[in-house]
Amino acid sequence: MTTDHLPSGDPGGTPGHAHDHGSDLPADLVESTHAVSVTVNGRLRRATVPARRLLSDFLRHDLGLTGTHVGCEHGVCGCCTVLLDGAAVRACLLLAVGVDGRAVTTIEGLAAEDGTLHPVQQAFHDEHGLQCGFCTPGFVMSACDFLADNATPTRAEIREGMSGNLCRCTGYQNITAAVETAAARLAETGQDPRARCAGNDPDSGSGAVARARMGATPNEAGTTGRGPAGQGPSSTGALDDGPGDPGSAVGEGDA
Amino acid sequence: MTTTENPIQANVGRTRLRKEDARLVTGRTNFTDDIRLPGMVHMVVVRSPMAHAKVTNVDLTGALDMPGVVAAFSGADLADDAGGLPCAWPVTEDMVAPEHKALAIDEVAYVGDGVAVVLASTAAEAVDAAERVVVDYDPLPAVVDMKAAIADGADLAQSTLDTNVSYRWPLANGDIDAAFDGADVVVEREFVQQRLIPSAMEPRAVVAAPMGVSDELTVWSATQVPHFVRVFLAAVIGIDEQNLRVIAPDVGGGFGSKLDIYAEEILALVLAQKLGRPVKWTETRSEGFQATIHGRDQVQKISLAMDADGRFRGLKVDLLADMGAYMQLLTPGIPILGAFMYSGIYKMDAYDFSCRGVFTNKTPTDAYRGAGRPEATFAIERIVDEAAHELGVDPMELRKRNWIQHDEFPYEMIGTLTFDSGNYEAATARAIEMFDYDGRRAEQANRRDSGGTKQLGIGISTFTEMCGLAPSRVLGNLRYVAGGWEYAQVRMLFSGKVEVITGTSPHGQGHDTAWSQIAADALGVPFEDIIVRHGDTAVSHRGLDTYGSRSLVVGGAALAAACGKVVEKARRVAAHLLEADEDDVEFSDGAFRVVGSPETSMTMQEVSTATFVAHDLPDGMEPSLDSDASVDPDNFSYPHGTHLALVEVDTETGQVELLDYVSVDDVGNVVNPQIVEGQVHGGLAQGIAQALYEGAVYDQAGNLQTGSFVDYYVPGAPDFPTFRTDRTVTPATTNDLGVKGVGEAGTIASTPAIINGVIDAVRHLGVNEVLMPASPRNVWTAIQQAAASGSADSDDAQAAAAVQADDAGPDAAAADNAGQAQHAAGDTGTSTGGDA
Repeated sequence: MTTDHLPSGDPGGTPGHAHDHGSDLPADLVESTHAVSVTVNGRLRRATVPARRLLSDFLRHDLGLTGTHVGCEHGVCGCCTVLLDGAAVRACLLLAVGVDGRAVTTIEGLAAEDGTLHPVQQAFHDEHGLQCGFCTPGFVMSACDFLADNATPTRAEIREGMSGNLCRCTGYQNITAAVETAAARLAETGQDPRARCAGNDPDSGSGAVARARMGATPNEAGTTGRGPAGQGPSSTGALDDGPGDPGSAVGEGDA
Repeated sequence: MTTTENPIQANVGRTRLRKEDARLVTGRTNFTDDIRLPGMVHMVVVRSPMAHAKVTNVDLTGALDMPGVVAAFSGADLADDAGGLPCAWPVTEDMVAPEHKALAIDEVAYVGDGVAVVLASTAAEAVDAAERVVVDYDPLPAVVDMKAAIADGADLAQSTLDTNVSYRWPLANGDIDAAFDGADVVVEREFVQQRLIPSAMEPRAVVAAPMGVSDELTVWSATQVPHFVRVFLAAVIGIDEQNLRVIAPDVGGGFGSKLDIYAEEILALVLAQKLGRPVKWTETRSEGFQATIHGRDQVQKISLAMDADGRFRGLKVDLLADMGAYMQLLTPGIPILGAFMYSGIYKMDAYDFSCRGVFTNKTPTDAYRGAGRPEATFAIERIVDEAAHELGVDPMELRKRNWIQHDEFPYEMIGTLTFDSGNYEAATARAIEMFDYDGRRAEQANRRDSGGTKQLGIGISTFTEMCGLAPSRVLGNLRYVAGGWEYAQVRMLFSGKVEVITGTSPHGQGHDTAWSQIAADALGVPFEDIIVRHGDTAVSHRGLDTYGSRSLVVGGAALAAACGKVVEKARRVAAHLLEADEDDVEFSDGAFRVVGSPETSMTMQEVSTATFVAHDLPDGMEPSLDSDASVDPDNFSYPHGTHLALVEVDTETGQVELLDYVSVDDVGNVVNPQIVEGQVHGGLAQGIAQALYEGAVYDQAGNLQTGSFVDYYVPGAPDFPTFRTDRTVTPATTNDLGVKGVGEAGTIASTPAIINGVIDAVRHLGVNEVLMPASPRNVWTAIQQAAASGSADSDDAQAAAAVQADDAGPDAAAADNAGQAQHAAGDTGTSTGGDA
């Protein structure tokens, strides 16, 4: 099992114009910090965080998992949806200290290690269920939870099931189609939609969508050892693909 | 011009799944807020809670004592560091506008106006410290309502101006007096375009860093317009343009709200220079509601003059357009973009348009999907329905009597534009067929006869729009400061792979895919061998970015032109290497072949490699196939279509249910049908949202009452039916691809279709107007008012009113509505604090 101990807070560096606050801050300005350990995408992560650190900020800033997006921070848009012990939750409405000892799955925790997309991810691609893609991680995570509860939904049920997420680009029609398609493909494999997808192409080492085909491959071993909601963390040590290092600079494609 | 099939090539015309998606569905993206740089500090803006006030003091000392704080500045502190926010469209010579500094100094003019900034090591520390900034305000009267703002003796929204009217802009063509004097029927209405909040899912964000080559500064911004940002930030701050690089990384939607130069972009860059370290600002959603531009907010007075047989003679439009407190980048020009479209697809003899831009103490308005054209289309499509009712003819029949016939194109319309192509008959015929128009009319009549409380309405919108912004000469004549051309470059790499550079800047539109399709067919190289680069002024030094449904029409045309140059250069090399005359070498399916000897051939990719190594090129030939092109269109493009909506209105509660929606759009040739359909869906959702769900509400003190997603109802998946879409194809003649643009069509067409449907459902109750959004309250109120005025066809309205007389009214019904259960709000009253 891999564990990381992460420093608290932002690696802001020494401010050039900073005032020297030293250790003489009034007590009411000193934040209390707490150690938390959370299994994220099958991997135990430990950090010391202020009590008020949101789960969304913990994932994005402390763990570098920036696939979870923050769209409103008041619990309506659903962009920050992740799975907590298998259930879809809004990471902007939870505190990191509140998920101590529990298991979180983010968008980075769905595709297989060989790059094969999770059936829900693949269906969003195939059905053009995304445009700008900002809301997409939240929709995908919500759909994973929804399809675990309702494996054969009607279109109306899908629309209701996706009503906790806002999208401004698609008009929801292709999102609805994507969830419907994902449901059909999941039904063929019996895969738990909340679990990381197992790769089905031993020759594929990349995440290229064009080569990542989902579908009919039987997948009894399709879970990573972490069962449905509430069970313990994976022991497979599946790598989470986030940048991980909170001190790292600009993400890919930016230099 | 006849309607034709879309030409299908190897790639163009076919659905190709998007290249963009692999990163987006796995979260391997790079949105601006994901960027973290060593030594980066976080900026928080302290904003005015007052709509209008004098700023008498800004005390930063409490903030400076807070943990992690690096610096804090008031507006006065930064007064000399940058000029005001730019307005690129001073629509008249005598337009007046207040200075608009990134931080207000002496006076704040809307709730959300910035007054100070605090910078700290973490965002949380900056937020904490911002709470300790103490600002003293001396309140001034808030101007909220446009009609009050233009009345004699009105309070001033900006105390540095002596009027609330910024400009008056006219457009006239034909003898309007003759048209109206001789008319048999004149229909007059006033429509209110409520204020809308664009609500792109990605909040705005900016990172500015003193890093790059030499003295270069780099700005990452969640923007639609990195090239505009570069030019204007350089000018406003006084940076040499070559020393500023602007990057739009992954951008999460824009819809016009990211077509702007914002105060925070200026502040981040100024402060990054001042502090010598990267500065980051990310909008909270609450800030976004207040400090990102809003859309619409117009009052439209419109009169249509007709002959007794329904032939349109003339149209008068008198517009009030709410600018908000300041001019942002394009604020004054938005209603002007609509000015050319009020006559819609119809022929008439005279047109008279006038617009007044009015300042109020509200968030500035600017481009929101459609930008002026949805407002115009709403007005004309609504009044045509009213005219049909007045004349007692079917609204579709009245449209047919007046629209431009397919054999009349190109047609110089009364709004002074020349429509190059179109076929309204074909699109309408297809829509009628899909919708079963006659069957639905019969069903509606049955319901009407049954006297039930669930009445059906059929809404029609036969729209056109001007897209493909824009011919630079036209923009110059309209006093717009920029041009409208677009740029593309094709780089042929050693291995035969291809880099395409575009000056457009996508944020969801799928340019990586569509541009690859165009280049693949034009160059004869595989789709997969092409990468499309954009959104970085160091990669694409030329470009005018993405807005106004322009990217494919202008940018795609530029790419096609650049590819054509590559082919011509490659033909010379191929002829030389194949030892043939250049005129005897033809290019097809990715290969150069000698005429009459087809086995003698070279692929484009072989020619590319041969050119790169340059061992054997024609004498004097430059060793490169790379080519670029800038294309400036001669004319706009004019997508059109016919949209039909079936709505059901509960006459007791005012609840509207959208039962069916058919759209048949003609956007010319299509590069990728799947992407086009996705654009239509999203556009429909936004236009329907204006009709049924959304509206910004201010109180009389200028406080935004709809300042969160709880109070401002952005609709969700259950709020829409399955749209039924189809296309007709009448190629544009104004660009080589024959494309017209599709980004805004759905939004422009759908709002009047829905409202026409709602009114059609309750017209027998005397209703001929309903305020948007057509929430249960607004529809119920319209029914009650009609009943009270006794304007119903029969006793229906009185009956409907009686049912409700001892009831709690529509609110209970609205709360029960499953579609609005998610964040029940929506029904927050009329638009914009009493504009109605």
